[in-house]
Amino acid sequence: MSLDIGAGDFVALLGPSGCGKSTLLRLIAGLDKPDSGRLTWDPGHAPKPGDIGFVFQDATLLPWASAADNVFLPLRLRGAPRDRAMPEVQATLHRVGLDGFADARPRQLSGGMRMRVSIARALVTRPRLLLMDEPFAALDEFTRHRLQEDLLSLWRDLRCTVVFVTHSIYEASFLARRIVLMTPRPGRIDHQIASPLKPGPEARLAPAYATLVAQVTCEMQRSLAV
Amino acid sequence: MKYAPVLFGLLALLVWEAAVRISGVPSYLVPGPVAIIAAFLADPSGLLISLASTLLVTFAALLMAAVLGVTLAVGIASSRLLAAAIQPWAVVLQVTPIVAIAPLIILWVGNPFASLVVCATIVAFFPVLANTAAGLASAPPELADLFRLYGAGRIASLRLLRLPAAVPFFLAGLRISGGLALVGAVVAEFVAGSGGFASGLAYRILEAGYRLQIPRMFAALVLLSLAGIAINFGLGALASAIMRHRGDG
Repeated sequence: MSLDIGAGDFVALLGPSGCGKSTLLRLIAGLDKPDSGRLTWDPGHAPKPGDIGFVFQDATLLPWASAADNVFLPLRLRGAPRDRAMPEVQATLHRVGLDGFADARPRQLSGGMRMRVSIARALVTRPRLLLMDEPFAALDEFTRHRLQEDLLSLWRDLRCTVVFVTHSIYEASFLARRIVLMTPRPGRIDHQIASPLKPGPEARLAPAYATLVAQVTCEMQRSLAV
Repeated sequence: MKYAPVLFGLLALLVWEAAVRISGVPSYLVPGPVAIIAAFLADPSGLLISLASTLLVTFAALLMAAVLGVTLAVGIASSRLLAAAIQPWAVVLQVTPIVAIAPLIILWVGNPFASLVVCATIVAFFPVLANTAAGLASAPPELADLFRLYGAGRIASLRLLRLPAAVPFFLAGLRISGGLALVGAVVAEFVAGSGGFASGLAYRILEAGYRLQIPRMFAALVLLSLAGIAINFGLGALASAIMRHRGDG
């Protein structure tokens, strides 16, 4: 397979379980090493720690630490002193809509709020690349819609690149500028679809969204049939 | 419901006292609760000083067990070589009956107090070690990935992720070890006591046995069991206080 991801893009990796979406994401993050093949960065853009933010399917917060301390963690691991980092932590919590929850422990927060903390943790280092592995899959539909809309506005504000793994055609169609269809056994990229939608909450009701969902569904059925 | 254990205990004591009085069994065979309390009140300071001595050994051993258990667990968790080297020997210490090795330890260590502490530590340290080692390995793999992503070293992962994740496990192990430390202290005292080292409740039990002061023997037993219950509840309360303070328990 071959995939180019440009700066500032929002790419959805879409496919059924076992097609290697998450593996691809872990390879990009450097968490796994490729058995064969190469992963290259534009000259001078090889990522340093903090350049990549990663959001997992579960919020994976430290259960004993407050929301603020969870968001502080990436900065702490880079040696930032707590009092100097706190304004940035507070600003990031504000960005994801969690004002006033800095001292809350993860178990006091709802699933959606925990995911917001997790996103704040990924954003606090101001990453150039945000990798998300089915982050909203475990949330209820209403929470998922809110978070999808908020993620889009964060992406527009922060101008970072997002690679978003999902197995939801609706989610991929709503969020991504480019949908990468993947098929399992062996995992490969079948097809790429550029989104004609203007990103934003209105898109969910736009006729073009319904058309895109139909197109992606059609392509998916075709690629899985062969 | 809450008072059920207390009421049942009181009832059992009443039945016991009644049975002893009605059957007329001599108190040097089975003393009733009243005789036991009387035996305690006859020499409270002697028994309480012995209790303090036993508790001193118990807590010293529990402290040693905690330090030793956590240190070994960190060693096991951080190096496969250390794990392979330590684990079999920890099991050997755990399965060897302390009664069998206590005479050797008392002989080698020399100082009676220190040898009691060493014996009790050997009995007590395994649950702390096993639980803490399990706790250090309990952090979700995604969090370990996250630490790797941000370039965290082994020390940072240990300090910010694996040790905090091990705390509930450690506390559960400590509670088990608390009871075992008391058992270990008493067993070691028995061995040392038969060698003439006069201290601790076990020695009082031996002494009362030799003198056929069975009510006094029972009084010492009751004190031991109360001490065990207090240690268990105390460590349980400590654990829930720590977990409440952390906000994830």
